[in-house]
Amino acid sequence: MEMNRRQFFKFCGAGIGASSLAALGMAPEPAYAETIRHFKLANTKEARNTCPYCSVGCGIILYSRGSGGKNVSQDIFHVEGDADHPVNRGTLCPKGAGLVDFIQSPNRLHYPQVREPGSNEWTRISWDEAFGRIARLVKDDRDANFIEKNESGDTVNRWLSTGFLAASASSNEAGYMTHKVVRSLGILGFDNQARV
Amino acid sequence: MTNHWCDIKNANLVLVMGGNAAEAHPCGFKWVTEAKAHNQAKLLVVDPRFTRTASVADTYAPIRTGTDIAFLGGLIHYLLKNGRIQHEYVRNYTDMPFIVKRGYTFKDGLFNDYDAESRSYPDKSAWDYELDDNGYARVDMTLEHPRCVYQLMKTHYSRYTPEMVSSICGTPLKRMMEVWDTIAETSVPGKTMTILYALGWTQHSVGSQMIRAGAMLQLLLGNIGMPGGGVNALRGHSNIQGLTDLGLLSNLLPGYLTLPRDEEQSYADYIAKRAPQALRPGQMSYWQHYERFHVSLMKSWYGDAVSADNNWGYDWLPKLDEPLYDVLKYFDMMYEGKVNGYFCQGFNPIASFPNKAKISAGLSRLKYLVVMDPLMTETSEFWKNIDEYNDVDTANIQTTVFRLPTTCFAEEDGSLVNSGRWLQWHWKGGEPPGEARPDIAIMGGLFHRLRNLYQREGGAFPEPILNLDWSYQRPDEPAPEEIAKEFNGKALSDLRDDDSGELQVRKGEQLSGFSQLRDDGSTASGCWLFCGSWTPEGNQMARRDNADPYNMGQTLGWAWSWPANRRILYNRASADPAGQPWDSKDKRLVWWDGSKWTGTDVPDFDAGSAPDDGMSPFIMNPEGVARFFARDNLVEGPFPEHYEPFETPIGRNPLHPDKPEVTSNPAARVFRNDMELFGDADEFPHAATTYRLTEHFHFWTKHCRINAILQPQQFVEIGEAMGNELGIKAGDRVRVSSNRGYIEAVAVVTKRLKPLQVDGKTVHHVGIPLHWGYVGLAKNGYVTNTLTPFVGDGNTQTPEFKSFLVNVERV
Repeated sequence: MEMNRRQFFKFCGAGIGASSLAALGMAPEPAYAETIRHFKLANTKEARNTCPYCSVGCGIILYSRGSGGKNVSQDIFHVEGDADHPVNRGTLCPKGAGLVDFIQSPNRLHYPQVREPGSNEWTRISWDEAFGRIARLVKDDRDANFIEKNESGDTVNRWLSTGFLAASASSNEAGYMTHKVVRSLGILGFDNQARV
Repeated sequence: MTNHWCDIKNANLVLVMGGNAAEAHPCGFKWVTEAKAHNQAKLLVVDPRFTRTASVADTYAPIRTGTDIAFLGGLIHYLLKNGRIQHEYVRNYTDMPFIVKRGYTFKDGLFNDYDAESRSYPDKSAWDYELDDNGYARVDMTLEHPRCVYQLMKTHYSRYTPEMVSSICGTPLKRMMEVWDTIAETSVPGKTMTILYALGWTQHSVGSQMIRAGAMLQLLLGNIGMPGGGVNALRGHSNIQGLTDLGLLSNLLPGYLTLPRDEEQSYADYIAKRAPQALRPGQMSYWQHYERFHVSLMKSWYGDAVSADNNWGYDWLPKLDEPLYDVLKYFDMMYEGKVNGYFCQGFNPIASFPNKAKISAGLSRLKYLVVMDPLMTETSEFWKNIDEYNDVDTANIQTTVFRLPTTCFAEEDGSLVNSGRWLQWHWKGGEPPGEARPDIAIMGGLFHRLRNLYQREGGAFPEPILNLDWSYQRPDEPAPEEIAKEFNGKALSDLRDDDSGELQVRKGEQLSGFSQLRDDGSTASGCWLFCGSWTPEGNQMARRDNADPYNMGQTLGWAWSWPANRRILYNRASADPAGQPWDSKDKRLVWWDGSKWTGTDVPDFDAGSAPDDGMSPFIMNPEGVARFFARDNLVEGPFPEHYEPFETPIGRNPLHPDKPEVTSNPAARVFRNDMELFGDADEFPHAATTYRLTEHFHFWTKHCRINAILQPQQFVEIGEAMGNELGIKAGDRVRVSSNRGYIEAVAVVTKRLKPLQVDGKTVHHVGIPLHWGYVGLAKNGYVTNTLTPFVGDGNTQTPEFKSFLVNVERV
């Protein structure tokens, strides 16, 4: 016998004691109030962060699941504006409001890859192989094309045949590290999005 | 930004020109709403398109793309002619009384000593002040000297009559005068206008001069250094400010220090040129400390390996034989086959740079390309044939491409600098997918490998590689905290006060601010401008006190602002020469309290210099005052002059109609082959401009499901009149072509673009959003920059994305 909650009470009202029916294993589905989903941000871990899009620098809160234990990875499943932040005061724009879809985008890259000359496909490689091959290419090109003196004999110590574009969405720490490395190699073809 | 986001609420008037903050910076634009609601501020918008920013403006004025200098020059003329300027401010805080050298002239669109062959002014020596016997600049406080800056400027802009300006810009005269008159009202001391601009000013062949013209306007009105004032660049990426501050540009070092040129073989001369003597008696010239900043940087990078004996490693810095190896120059070299390797870290040049065909050809001539990114990018797949969207011959492209997965913002600790110069620390919230690594680990890992190779094998000039200080706990993956502490800086030996000998900072301790930096090698600081961000008290960037005790939006306890936690630059100018605020009620920022400078912000001045001492507010300039006359700092000349975009719909410069050589910027660099690729109005009659939509961020959000749903498909905007003329209805598919290629997209026919009457012709605008490409969750589209011209601003070389010519037809 199947009946919904409303029919059940109607039926009971017709004269049969609800308790006895319940005792026969005919209890109704729980009330909607009891099945409503739990507050989704309960028992989450919060991290304060900054929106990576435009330069307003809105404060955001990343909510993740996971115990926080050493070998447990935190899974970010919700992002919202930081109400304490003096600029955005908890609000986000249509871009910032979709940030969780950036973090979880199916187009995130997972592994180092290489596309060989003339090939039409990517091949997965290890970090070790990637670093090894790139370092070799860099060194060979630098050693072959480094310019210590210009035509007038002045010391110039520059390397023009390899260039570097830096990321203006990377942190100051990544940017500083990148600059330190790039200049020590003598690179001048060096810019970031501030140029365009 | 000279000011910052929350400070916009202090404005009496907001001018948005060359930007569209409501759509591109929505949460920042809320402060404009705040100013309107609670400060009775008005909003003016000047833009070719009736944007969402314009939709909430008190007055909107349409303008033809690329003509902002004419508009602003006309306004400058109007303010000077009618005396509607902040007189006391201008006389005391700007170079108006300064007398310019005799050789300076301006005639027929050119300043003195132009060389047509090299498209430049090789000798700019006359673009300077006349000096007296003591080496100080001569001034005439009556402003009557015929060669004082005031008189030269008045003459220069006298040609910019309202009728002429209206004819160049296409702005209806009445509407233009309404805007000018409203702006002029803020010349009253204590009334402020803020200017909010973005890439609509930057991305022109005269972009730097446009921004200068905006700054000149603000100086005339006394709005620089004031709460609710300033010239505010709304920057386009979350840390584009930080990467600029850290000098990740062809010719820079961290903190706006600059790389030497070939001819600067002497270290002493290199420093002397960058540490100018004061040009007025009693003035502070802050860049005189250049050597302290430079030596501290070199100690930070090279530690014990550099000392006074080897000129602090001066020879280890690469020297420039060109003004810049900017991206246009570099991709031109790539196109010519002169480049073997290229790294793209979170950057998508094939979509972001002009003339996609040239970029694609350049990338195809590389031996190797390394892409580091959290997402798939068009650049990493430039070799893939994606039908009409990327029609390349894969088998013939011999470039080896490495694609390295990086973490995104949510998966790492670190700091970003927002437009308002706030360094804000953020914390990791989760793990990256798969084997993705932080950029720091990739750079660290790569460098570590490379250094091992140099140690083992030797090689070309290995000294700077082998001596680079790398004392990180994990050499292949330095921690963000270690690096942040490094760019702040520390004492390398005990620092004592010069006079009393008192111990100030112990060896090894973090520094508290850049005033502690020394030029004797006893301090290290990787970026002097960020010194103060991680002090002995800890990480200042992580501070979260949002208290605003003066109710002026300064929140000095939230994060940390460069320089020295100062929130509004040049704020000494918010007080009158006697040291009291121009408006002591609503615009109190800093003031002299009888013994020192104090206030609601950190004073941008020598805190102990009394008003009577006669020091002027703009201490970063050796003359102490702000410049209307740019001296020799810009390639086109000391005053902004209107030149047409390289692709102009009217084919001539109405200010100089018979001088084709000054139709467009005569000092802009144009590469061989690119000149022929400019189109003209006969074949491509419409003025086109590119921009962002509010639902998308560049080429990233097409990878995000919700944004790809909100704006799934590529479109272009045309006005109703143009639609009628060409028989194009909303929803039709159109082909938009320039002399460099074409794109096809859906037409949006709108009332928001109106035809303008320019120089006797009707000019239509075509609006082209830039977000589509051939990878992503949104529908595939054409790369917008297939269309744009390969020419940049004369100074910065930022490409002219905002003004070019197209033809539009139904397909």
